[in-house]
Amino acid sequence: MNARHPISEQSRLFVSGNEAVSLAARDAKVKVAAAYPGTPSTEILEYIAAYPDIYSEWSINEKVSLEVAIGASLAGSRALCAMKHVGLNVASDALMTQTLIGAIGGLVVVVADDVGLSSSQNEQDSRYWGRFAHIPVLEPADTQEAYDFTRLAFDLSEQYQTPVLVRLTTRICHVKGMLETRFPAAPTAKQGFLKDPARFVMVPGHAKNRIPLMMQRDAVLLSAAEASDLNVVEQGSDELGFIVSGVAYQHVKEAYPEASVLKLGFSHPAPLEKIRAFSQNIKRLILVEEVEPLLEKELKAEGIALEGKSILPNIGELTPVVLKAAIEGHAAEVKTPPTQLIHTTQVFPRPPTMCVACPHLGVYYTLSKVRNTYISGDIGCYTLGAGHPWNALDTCISMGASMGVALGLDKGRQDADSNKKVISVIGDSTFLHMGMQGLLDLTYNKANVTVLLLDNRAVGMTGGQNAPSSGINLQGEKTISVDFPQLVKALGVKEERVHVVDPYELPTLFKTLRDETKVDDVSVIITNQPCVLTERYHAMQPLKVEDSDCNGCGNCLEVGCPAILVSRRETVVKPNGSEKELAFVNIDTAACTGCNLCVGTCGPKAIVPAQTIISGYAADHLGVEIKS
Amino acid sequence: MNSATVTNILVAGIGGQGVMTAAEILSETAMSLGFDVKKTEVAGMAQRGGVVTSHVRFGQKVHSPSIAAGEADVLVAFEPAEALRWVTHLRPEGVAMVNTFRLAPPVVSIGLFDYPDDPVTEMKTSKREVHAFNAGALALELGDRRLVNTIMLGAIADQLPFDAEVLKASVLKRFQHKSQALLELNQKAFEAGRTAAKQN
Ligand SMILES: Cc1ncc(C[n+]2csc(CCOP(=O)(O)OP(=O)(O)O)c2C)c(N)n1
Ligand code: SF4
Ligand code: SF4
Ligand code: SF4
Repeated sequence: MNARHPISEQSRLFVSGNEAVSLAARDAKVKVAAAYPGTPSTEILEYIAAYPDIYSEWSINEKVSLEVAIGASLAGSRALCAMKHVGLNVASDALMTQTLIGAIGGLVVVVADDVGLSSSQNEQDSRYWGRFAHIPVLEPADTQEAYDFTRLAFDLSEQYQTPVLVRLTTRICHVKGMLETRFPAAPTAKQGFLKDPARFVMVPGHAKNRIPLMMQRDAVLLSAAEASDLNVVEQGSDELGFIVSGVAYQHVKEAYPEASVLKLGFSHPAPLEKIRAFSQNIKRLILVEEVEPLLEKELKAEGIALEGKSILPNIGELTPVVLKAAIEGHAAEVKTPPTQLIHTTQVFPRPPTMCVACPHLGVYYTLSKVRNTYISGDIGCYTLGAGHPWNALDTCISMGASMGVALGLDKGRQDADSNKKVISVIGDSTFLHMGMQGLLDLTYNKANVTVLLLDNRAVGMTGGQNAPSSGINLQGEKTISVDFPQLVKALGVKEERVHVVDPYELPTLFKTLRDETKVDDVSVIITNQPCVLTERYHAMQPLKVEDSDCNGCGNCLEVGCPAILVSRRETVVKPNGSEKELAFVNIDTAACTGCNLCVGTCGPKAIVPAQTIISGYAADHLGVEIKS
Repeated sequence: MNSATVTNILVAGIGGQGVMTAAEILSETAMSLGFDVKKTEVAGMAQRGGVVTSHVRFGQKVHSPSIAAGEADVLVAFEPAEALRWVTHLRPEGVAMVNTFRLAPPVVSIGLFDYPDDPVTEMKTSKREVHAFNAGALALELGDRRLVNTIMLGAIADQLPFDAEVLKASVLKRFQHKSQALLELNQKAFEAGRTAAKQN
């Protein structure tokens, strides 16, 4: 049952979980792979893009990526789509009905949960989708299993004609470990698309007939899970035993090497008999699952006695330290006795900042200067505008939400807010993902909202991937590039309300924003400069601060460019007796790319072109100059 | 350290400093010697100036990918405040190797937080073995800021459960196909790091 494929390579690879999934897709002879970027799953498609035998794409959102994979599966081909946890919310509409149809070619959805919230807006547990959609869930615990289980997912999908969910977490995706790949799948001759409206056309009459079949499949999958060698007992002490899935298995082995373990690799449907048999011989049984007490509720309903979230947290990673603390009832460290632990003073935080010369800097500098606004934000690098020094973002919920939320802020306004200007800020990729519909809702419903559409021609937040605004596809080939002014006009924005501005030209940006927020209509201000991380960006001659001209006003610091550093502070007493803080600055010319943005904020014109490159850090701490 | 146990190396610094490359080289070296290796990164949004740590664990069999507080054998810190932040991860007999070249983030620059007065001295109160020197200055003396990475690897080369020459070879392998000058420069940087670690 579920025999793993034989090892093909003698040499071991050292790869991340994401790369292991991509290698599995290659070796499983996947024909189509689609995804929308999202941490921690992004690299899966980036690796797959290098395999010439797989058609791969960046889709505009996760729902479309799943639909593409569904089409390929119905055409008889193996198909994979990958996404971060919240992406599956977007794709779920397709998933919840596709499960009635099932799969023809193997259909595998790889979903990556951001346990620990390293870069996400929530920490939801994707295993719920397995229950909701009646599909099997596989949970690899390391790189090797990320490969093996993805291979097996395709076999399972075809054998039981079901989509299969492979659930990864950040500590699988981004951990590098050893991998031995296995012999590639043998190519099988497929029949191609076979018309079958009763199965493929989900109208009520047809769907009704498919539901009982799905329930039957549940029963078959349950026996498959019972028999699967992915669910395996490692017999140890009968004093203490664990039921565990995913990377938490590694943490359990680390913390309690002597304990008995039932490791669930094929965790849904839960192999109840196997679990019951295991539980009978264990004195203290603990269920370790990241994040929610999902299996716990199912097992308790079956009358299986165990401890779970009554002692373990339902947030974050269940690392050895967390396990020990919960299980032994004190904050024990793994090996170092608490008396020998070190306590130091708190070190300052290093919150992420926008890049030096980022095109969003000018937008947030401007937004921070406009009064009486409610700024409805969205998800991308521009979400950082909520932080220092701009503090110019009032909401951020989910991809594309800035539009609808702005409309609600406008229509739901109380008298107290009658003079407030509602502004929505969204990036190009997020706009194409889920923002277009929101904009149409704004125009259709006659909103009074000014939209800032920050078109930096890339998905900056996830590492600068291409999007339909880039004119380049996943493979780096030329393709269409969205014409945003035309697009927003087609969505009902009046010609005279559409403006394209250069975000480095502060006066124009400020004037356009001020004028448009005064008009009771939907306006769209589109910025047109690229993300500095992409090849489209060209650095110019760096600038420096003429020390003798700098009056310490600190205005340039409000731009928020990380290349501008305070060199000294002074407190002066003004003629009227009040005190004023001065901050004199210099520019790290080794980092500055000469975007000129800060120049416009400097009254005394102290910011001038630099002839030699001075590293701010080097200059500060070593007094060294490096000639360029 | 004996090879039956797991060796834990924590590399800490800031996005863009080469933390991940250093961890990658350490991992490859351990792997070439037949160890089981795991490496995990904790990088908020690495390219944007955040804290980056990379955990490298190797031994006969490695389970958990991350190093818990009080368990690191070696802490390689590319920046002194980061060294102080992560010193809590050292075990009592662990060793810290610190680049004293400071990088202050914008929140310090604009005055919201203070930079610790003397991170290295504070670390030494922990009774762990601390070696500290200005690898940034050394790199500039040798002619290139980017040599910090090689210098720091050289500095820890004598703290590992394998021969320093093995690590050196895998560092230099990266420059094999580049210019002879670059190869020699990195060789020099590696040795300079080794010497500096012994003297400080
Ligand atoms: C449903 C969903 N999918 C993916 C992501 C990951 N993600 C965060 S921001 C972002 C897009 C950012 O691109 P863009 O709007 O162009 O802004 P930029 O970062 O380039 O400024 C993505 C894909 C997410 N948070 N939610
Ligand atoms: S990645 Fe691009 S969009 Fe994001 S902060 Fe950097 S320059 Fe700006
Ligand atoms: S010109 Fe000013 S704002 Fe632009 S990169 Fe240089 S320091 Fe930063
Ligand atoms: S805006 Fe000009 S004068 Fe004011 S601190 Fe900056 S460089 Fe100095």
